[in-house]
Amino acid sequence: MTTTVDLAPSPTPPSEPRAPRRLSPGLQPSDRIFHGGATVIGMVVLALTGAIGLFLGYQSIPTLHTYGLHFFTETQWLPELNKIGIAAVLVGTVEVALVAMVVSFPLALMLALFITDYAPKRIKSWLISTVDLMAAVPSIIYGLWGFYLLQPHAINVARFLSQYVGWFPVFHVDTDPNAAVWQQSRYTSSAFIAGLAVAMMAIPLACAIMRGVFDQAPLGEREAAMALGGTRFGVARTVVLPFAKGGVIGGTMLALGRALGETAAVLIIISPAYDIKPRILEAGTQTTSALIAGNFGNATKSQLSALLTAGFVLFVITLGVNSIAAVFIRRSRSGAGTEI
Amino acid sequence: MKVSLDGIGFPGGAARPDAGAGARAAGSAPAGLDALGVCAWFGRTQVLDDVNLSVTPASVTALIGPSGCGKSTFLRILNRMHESTEGAQMAGEVFLNGEDVYGPGHRLTDVRKQIGMVFQKPNPFPSMSIADNVTAGLGLTNTKVSRSDRVDLIEECLTRAGLWNEVKDRLERPGAALSGGQQQRLCIARSLAVRPKVLLMDEPCSALDPTSTRRIEDTIAELQEDVTIVIVTHNMQQATRVSQRAAFFLAEPGRPGGIIEQGDTVDLFEHPRDERTSDYVNGRFG
Repeated sequence: MTTTVDLAPSPTPPSEPRAPRRLSPGLQPSDRIFHGGATVIGMVVLALTGAIGLFLGYQSIPTLHTYGLHFFTETQWLPELNKIGIAAVLVGTVEVALVAMVVSFPLALMLALFITDYAPKRIKSWLISTVDLMAAVPSIIYGLWGFYLLQPHAINVARFLSQYVGWFPVFHVDTDPNAAVWQQSRYTSSAFIAGLAVAMMAIPLACAIMRGVFDQAPLGEREAAMALGGTRFGVARTVVLPFAKGGVIGGTMLALGRALGETAAVLIIISPAYDIKPRILEAGTQTTSALIAGNFGNATKSQLSALLTAGFVLFVITLGVNSIAAVFIRRSRSGAGTEI
Repeated sequence: MKVSLDGIGFPGGAARPDAGAGARAAGSAPAGLDALGVCAWFGRTQVLDDVNLSVTPASVTALIGPSGCGKSTFLRILNRMHESTEGAQMAGEVFLNGEDVYGPGHRLTDVRKQIGMVFQKPNPFPSMSIADNVTAGLGLTNTKVSRSDRVDLIEECLTRAGLWNEVKDRLERPGAALSGGQQQRLCIARSLAVRPKVLLMDEPCSALDPTSTRRIEDTIAELQEDVTIVIVTHNMQQATRVSQRAAFFLAEPGRPGGIIEQGDTVDLFEHPRDERTSDYVNGRFG
């Protein structure tokens, strides 16, 4: 008894499900080299950023181990007395950055809009290079400018604000603004003045991003708005700003990231004060980066670890802000819903 | 200058008080449009030379001709869109009801409001709903309307553009979600909402399928009693279907473009006087 065996192979094994074919792009050698090079460089950037984060994180372990959550709630920075915390410093950082944003946002927005939609061509290229030049000025110069040139005038603004809106805690200064001989020094070295200097650095960054996105507003929609009898402002309001919303938010947040980390200018202007206070016009504040820059020179090993921990916290905050900014910018550039 | 020209009396120089369905297109009447000696340059390149065209109120005029002969440029000169292009210059005069739109005392925005434009590529505002798209021109020109007038205006303009029945249930949906042909009719409705006296159409159907093209042509036929229409088209059948008058543009190689022949559409297509017109309308070139 033998069973017949069908030796002919079945053309398609029925058990195997259909799978998508693997496609090879068949790259040219030049493409391959470029592809490889770009990949390596991209990876190096990622690796460097990751390494910085890891380094800071690793260095913060001893500090966080010693102080625990108190590190985030303690306001004083007195390593000699073993009192170390970044509560006041973080508040100061945010205050300086917010002042910078409040000042720079409208300026950057209007500047970008002027460049893309209003400026005649000749002025346009001049303006673009001037604004780019603003970004190239070292921050220490802005610090000196803020301290020597801006501060003597800005304290008058600060006094004016505290005189008229001083009832609002943010603008209160703990001195009599109406005194015949007013205490000028109470208004100097404040978060407000540091914020003004930082704003000068934030403007070119925010403006460059906004300008790029404004320029991408579709010509067809611009012309549609013009052909309906729209003014330039009408076109900006109807077409450009709705289109660029994501870019405006993204650019602002990138500038915020810059403002949070600004060091040299802030260090020159502020006088260190370690208390949580909303009074931005009043002398004395401290920011994370200024704290590090001002103290690492004569720090012991454990103090350095504490400073790096503060740096780690700033790194995480800035990374978060920039990541959110990147999401907004990408959304805006992809122009979802604008392709017709 | 203006007075003497009025005295000469252009064919379309004065608005006909009885023109159009005045009740429907309240506040506007179709106007005549006359171009005199229009030249245009982009940088140093002259693209149009001495173009004269007279457009009768409440009619459809087709501008035909091969690509690159300056038809669109000429159209954009009529409502002063030309000058928004970098490096663009022009010479000559354009009279709307006998008044030079380039003359002193004429605001650019007012001219564009009175002479509307529909573009080749449908361009509704993507961030706005269908209803908001229709009334976008009111906001752009700072025209205040009451809420009930606004609702009426939306219905009226969408009806005139032949889109009302298709979108009346979804007026708050985004305009960009419509099909290409519907978007183009939405753009027509949007132009109508600012009560133009003249509507310029720059190849409005070239990006559309035949059915949508037919709908737009029907819309043009219905609109022409309320608003004077000038349409640029590459489609000669379309020109014969929609227009009463036509002008044939041509640019000889290396020379600026201009009108070779103009007249009644039927005459232009059936008894062209110029050999080049004859060659073009019979499909021998272009």
